Amino acid sequence: MATYSTNEFRGGLKLMIDGDPCSIIENEFVKPGKGQAFCRVKLRNLKSGKVYERTYKSGESVEAADVMDTDMQFLYSDGEQWHFMEPASFEQFAVSETAMADTAKWLKGQEECVVTLWNGVPLSVAAPNFVELAVTDTDPGVRGDTSGGGGKPATLETGAVVRVPLFVNIDDLLKVDTRTGEYVSRVKN
Amino acid sequence: MCDDWRPTAPIENIRLRAALLAKTRQFFAARDVLEVETPLLSSATVSDPHLKSFSTHYNGPGLPSGTPLYLQTSPEAAMKRLLAAGSGSIYQICKAFRDGESGARHNPEFTMLEWYRVGFDHVALMSEVEALVQLLLEIDSEFERLSYQSVFEHHLGLNPHRASLDALKACASNAGISVGLDELIIDRDGWLDLLMSHLIEPQLGLTVPTFIYDYPESQAALAKIRAGAPPLAERFELYITGVELANGYNELCDSREFQRRFECDTLHRKASGDFVPDINRRLRAALDAGMPESAGVALGFDRLLMAAVGRDSIEDVGIFTVANA
Repeated sequence: MATYSTNEFRGGLKLMIDGDPCSIIENEFVKPGKGQAFCRVKLRNLKSGKVYERTYKSGESVEAADVMDTDMQFLYSDGEQWHFMEPASFEQFAVSETAMADTAKWLKGQEECVVTLWNGVPLSVAAPNFVELAVTDTDPGVRGDTSGGGGKPATLETGAVVRVPLFVNIDDLLKVDTRTGEYVSRVKN
Repeated sequence: MCDDWRPTAPIENIRLRAALLAKTRQFFAARDVLEVETPLLSSATVSDPHLKSFSTHYNGPGLPSGTPLYLQTSPEAAMKRLLAAGSGSIYQICKAFRDGESGARHNPEFTMLEWYRVGFDHVALMSEVEALVQLLLEIDSEFERLSYQSVFEHHLGLNPHRASLDALKACASNAGISVGLDELIIDRDGWLDLLMSHLIEPQLGLTVPTFIYDYPESQAALAKIRAGAPPLAERFELYITGVELANGYNELCDSREFQRRFECDTLHRKASGDFVPDINRRLRAALDAGMPESAGVALGFDRLLMAAVGRDSIEDVGIFTVANA
């Protein structure tokens, strides 16, 4: 069983807590001058997404979670599961709706995603940081307005809804930041 | 490509450090307290269960080859030998070294201001700490003074001297503190430290700096213990905006009691599987020879600077921290 000492704790490290894989968000070293040293850790449960805190005695060891981030290509969705392929091995992985969470709304096919595997089973999927998607529905564009002030909602070809500047029209291709869900720019098509 | 060569602290904070060091020296000069320098390397080291020393080896004339030397976790032992030798009141500004301590408020090497006042007790020394900190941080208001027991009662509704181990655990758990792995490896004082550091400290010294005094006997370190029910350690700490800034004692002068506490520390260290140092023979001999009644305090100078610039990371005031030293 691989373990990590609290001295190795840092953001992003994956631990097993109560049987669930977790990722460290924040690690604070706490020590009264003459007293016991602790590591106060903020963790995200990678299955439930829940955030919680744990305190360890400094120097304790905690079981590592066998969690791996792997680059995979999104192939298609059959409505219940999303299918990905590991390009080197051509191995395919089916991802459940729960594990896809919000990521599904950015994907139309062929995207390179990061699939987080826990003991070989997909736990979560991160979309590429930026995707380019066409607008399928929005209020008519306002000519001459390039300021981006104000804005309006636009529905993209994957169903995602983002706030866009007033000059954006149906069929425009947009660059969107999937981490924030924000419009970045219009792409010439 | 090495891009972390720059100081972590901005130049204005480095200038402020110099200015506050100068003010500190003026403060003690005006009070006729002597500035001293004691060795950072010593063949003896501290026995406190929760302090870890760095060690190195000396190879050269004067000592047996390969003699272990310890980087001092504070100048306490050497300064007490000076007191016993008749130095009168003394202060020192030096580096202190503690292995295993790194974080937003900790760096394994840090600047300590430590001073001893002959003829003072801890109560009188608190007033002097207050005067110095008021001067350096430009604070006009009077500091708050609360007993260890009263802050536990006020914030957690329990008596830290009488509460059972189970009551301390329940208190932590009710406050949403979830302890990883084996709870058994933390002793009663460990639970008190946990409650203090997680739940009480963040509330201390928010409006005015706060002194906490009268610690449990088991946390006396080298402070005098006052008989009573319960017996209390004549020790104080100063907190500013939730950060521990200083730790002071009405100093233990009795060499037999010093020996007894060393033995307690040794048991504690053995039980935890930690390194067990030899007793500091020269300090024991100095106490035997007679150290005058004194009070002493150690103040973390980097943390004082953090308070002065309103930042909560030692990186903002330390020129280089261990990550890029």
